[in-house]
Amino acid sequence: MWRMLCSDSRYNRRAEAPCASPATTCSSRTGRRAALGRFCCSSGTSMPLRKVWKTFWATPASSLMQATVKKVWKTFWATPASSLMQATVKKEYLNLQGRLLSSVKICTCSSLTSQAWSSVSTLHALSRPSDANLPDQWGLSSPEKHYSQMKELHDRWRLSTVNREYLVCPSYPPAVIVPKNIDDDMLEKVAKFRQGGRFPVLCYYHKKNGTVIMRSSQPLTGANRKRCREDEQLLQAAIEGSDKGYIIDTRSSQQALQASMTGGGFESKSCYSSWKRLHRQMERGKALQESLIKLVEACGDEYHNMDRWLSKLENSKWLSHVQTALSTAGLLAECVERDGHSVLVYGSEGKDSTLLISTLAQLIMDPYCRTLEGFLALLEREWVQAGHPFQQRCAHSAYSHARLQQESPVFLLLLDCVWQLWRQFPLALGFSEALLLRLATEAYASNYGTFLCNSDQERCVLGLKENTHCLFQALLRPRERDCYSNPLYEPTELAIWPSVHPQSLQLWRGFFLRRTPQARHLEEVQEEIRNMVIKWGKLALS
Amino acid sequence: IEHIKGSSVEKLSLTTTGCPLVIQCRNFRVVHFVVQRERDCHDIYSSLLRLLRPVSYEEVYAFSYNPKQNDQQREEGWQIIDLGAEFERMGVPCDQWQLTNVNIDYKVCETYPRDLYVPITASKPIIVGSSKFRSKGRFPVLTYFYQEKKAAVCRCSQPLSGFSARCLEDESMLQAISKANHNSRFVYVMDTRPKLNALANRAAGKGYENEDNYSNIRFQFVGIENIHVMRTSLQKLLEVIGTRSLSMSDFLVGLESSGWLRHIKAVVDAAIFLAKAVTVEGASVLVHCSDGWDRTAQVCSLGALLMDPYYRTIKGFMVLIEKDWISFGHKFADRCDQLDGDPKEVSPIFTQFLECVWQLTEQFPQAFEFSEWFLLQIHEHVHSCQYGNFLGNNQRQREDLRLRERTHSLWAFLMSEKQNYLNPFYSPAYSEAHPVLEPSTLPYHFKFWRNMYHQFDRSMHPRQSILKTVLTMRENNRKAESTLQALEKVMQRQEEDDDDDEQEEVGEEATESTDTERTVEGSSGTESRKQSYGELEGTYNSESAKEEPAVVSLEFGVARMTC
Repeated sequence: MWRMLCSDSRYNRRAEAPCASPATTCSSRTGRRAALGRFCCSSGTSMPLRKVWKTFWATPASSLMQATVKKVWKTFWATPASSLMQATVKKEYLNLQGRLLSSVKICTCSSLTSQAWSSVSTLHALSRPSDANLPDQWGLSSPEKHYSQMKELHDRWRLSTVNREYLVCPSYPPAVIVPKNIDDDMLEKVAKFRQGGRFPVLCYYHKKNGTVIMRSSQPLTGANRKRCREDEQLLQAAIEGSDKGYIIDTRSSQQALQASMTGGGFESKSCYSSWKRLHRQMERGKALQESLIKLVEACGDEYHNMDRWLSKLENSKWLSHVQTALSTAGLLAECVERDGHSVLVYGSEGKDSTLLISTLAQLIMDPYCRTLEGFLALLEREWVQAGHPFQQRCAHSAYSHARLQQESPVFLLLLDCVWQLWRQFPLALGFSEALLLRLATEAYASNYGTFLCNSDQERCVLGLKENTHCLFQALLRPRERDCYSNPLYEPTELAIWPSVHPQSLQLWRGFFLRRTPQARHLEEVQEEIRNMVIKWGKLALS
Repeated sequence: IEHIKGSSVEKLSLTTTGCPLVIQCRNFRVVHFVVQRERDCHDIYSSLLRLLRPVSYEEVYAFSYNPKQNDQQREEGWQIIDLGAEFERMGVPCDQWQLTNVNIDYKVCETYPRDLYVPITASKPIIVGSSKFRSKGRFPVLTYFYQEKKAAVCRCSQPLSGFSARCLEDESMLQAISKANHNSRFVYVMDTRPKLNALANRAAGKGYENEDNYSNIRFQFVGIENIHVMRTSLQKLLEVIGTRSLSMSDFLVGLESSGWLRHIKAVVDAAIFLAKAVTVEGASVLVHCSDGWDRTAQVCSLGALLMDPYYRTIKGFMVLIEKDWISFGHKFADRCDQLDGDPKEVSPIFTQFLECVWQLTEQFPQAFEFSEWFLLQIHEHVHSCQYGNFLGNNQRQREDLRLRERTHSLWAFLMSEKQNYLNPFYSPAYSEAHPVLEPSTLPYHFKFWRNMYHQFDRSMHPRQSILKTVLTMRENNRKAESTLQALEKVMQRQEEDDDDDEQEEVGEEATESTDTERTVEGSSGTESRKQSYGELEGTYNSESAKEEPAVVSLEFGVARMTC
């Protein structure tokens, strides 16, 4: 991306202007890239970044650099493509240059350039644009707020601050909701028994029947079936007063068995007698990334052959993943809403597919989550605070030579699933497709600090809350709200059960085919229709 | 059962609960019955079989269907569509094209209508000579006239050229078509078949035009497959989507291997070629396939739909079907299996055309006055045989059957229910700005038409319909506006109030009235949604008729009445 910008002489001139400080003396492209890489992201951890950052801003020459970065950034944002995917941007960009669109097949972004890229985004996000008149408050929801909002919860659950120093679980927020009669010492022991210290915490309380959804990571039972009394007690406490609970494992039983060979595992029937395990295999990590790459490649294919398109679409398996995700979430919601039992969800780490299905299940069941604020708060709780590693997962998107182990479009898959829900229940969700598109964009490159870093801890260390703006707050400003809310929204108290027949699911054209010429035409028409609907709605109300 | 809508009945092997019976309807509905006693089952089976295959037209439902109309209303219904007026709308007859009476007694071509339009320079001997050189006597005639460029779309059947035969009259016929258009020095001749098929036809003494013999043509193959390929393709598709607990991969693989979307794309591609040639180059085009009643009808009508905004209105679409399909002799009776006929003649050509139109409506949501329910309703009645429009294979047969006196017209029925088929997003301004549609045929623009092939699988459809909501909203607005107007009138009578007061009061009262309507509408909406959403896996729930939007329940009502 950076190289792409640099390759244009206009940008080059601007970029080369302030070459005063040693850190920024780089006339050649590679030099600049290396410098930037060294500057911010190369080490991979956040501490050095902060240090470098501080020194960088301390040097007087760097203000020039800052200006440059801003300029480049602004010019870049002025182009119609707001960096949805690197390839699409490049396509769009070449469009502007009047070159052939089809000549670009794969964007050649080396890992270094993309690293530079992410550093640019970091720089910019941290520079805190002054034009945004945002409220100072950072974020919409926090575990504390969540807890205090749900009074029904209070007699059996409590807010624990065992993780306030991020020592028990580095990827959890400082406060979590746990059963009342489990004290902090026990939690620490449970954390040792769960991968990454992600002990079971409450993420959703179903008001209708008082059941809950909890999430965790896999138990570290290992090959010799280790046990942890505290873990058993915690789970037992969670379903107190009920005869059983479900554990939804997002791996197949085979995979779970394999995991136990390498130290992971699953809860055995004998030790957790009142829990019933359900296995639903969901792809994660690399497989998902491969799938996205294939899909994006298929969508960029301008070849006029129906069979080829369909076989590529099939081959990418993306829609299969959507189907699995939705049906697993449906299963989870069914356990809670229909069966009336509490559920514990985990995969292996509990940072990806776990969050995916718990989020979807909440959307299905909870009317509040379907409002604009509710949805954003849900995302903040379940993804940002629950420690989905955005920096690792959303660094490169589909086009990248460096097939990094950590890259995976789980968040994108979530947005796709939400879009499918929105299509099936166009009146039940309070937000529009535009919001989903915006979120998909922001997750990869953002002016805001919300999707930076991998966990709450890193964000805290970097001081993101002081140095950046919050995306979710920005999306709720009146103007944005108008544009992201659904004009047809009619709140309903009922659960919205999506259909998961392959015939009912569609490719998310608005996203994956966003940059085709026809799509632009359709977008305009949709915008017009939207305005029409809003007009009629107002007429009906006035 | 009064209709012949079922297409096949199957008796499955005996199970413990009874004898299962599967009826597959032509509107892609599949009904499973379990009859307890085997003998009953067999009785039902055999009587259904008999009903499904009426031997003569007298048994067809249309002749016994009586919607309680008097003869005058019936006659008016038939008069809604007037093809003479339609050609006048296009600007024909004009100085280059005229109405000919050669076929007034169906002497020259049995399968054409009586009134035909030909170039002014084409004399009667030329026409007769040309018709002898064309398969089934279907000589080139005008079907659409693009007034702006004076370019014509003509249709015919394949020439009986064999390997070397030629016919001077036919050549001068094409010459005449070419001369009638001053904009272009040549005529496109579109053979909608794949080249291989056309070559094979040469062995049977048929074939295609030799460019050397015709001085002024540009010949072009388009490559739409024949009716047999289409039939098997749809069968495969239905097989795939009928599978229980279908996985995503299997669905996509099945969709691909059925080739259905590929064929749809081929038809749309051909129509785009036609529209471009006419509107951009201003050239006249002659379209034919083998007999000129299947692919030709598809391409001509779809091309006209792209070129002329009128055909994208409800009335215009009826006219288009009446003109290109009914009057020019698409063999509805054979293709839709109305009578017990040759199963090899059955083919979903018209269904395919409707699907092409649907694909276009998806690409241009504002360009069409009708919504997909209109297309579905037409499809339903092409097969229901409730109305006389689609009975028989050509106009001559229809006249012999005296359909106009003995049956009712579908168009009248659809017109009376026009409200249900409106597309709320239709914008005449859009049509004015984009008179010619230019759809993209990149493969990802083609989708599976769930509402057609799964119309009756409730579990698959979106639970909430934007269409319905928006329609109700508009309806309410209209009501509110009329209330407002009524109130204003009342106000005008009470002249003692001064103007400001008047304004305010009107506003207030109007608000009140709309508010109540809104709440009524809102509550009914939630009520309808309160019925359970069905299981995740989707079991068929016949009680939830109320759940569906109004248009669907209407569809459903008709369907239930028929079963």
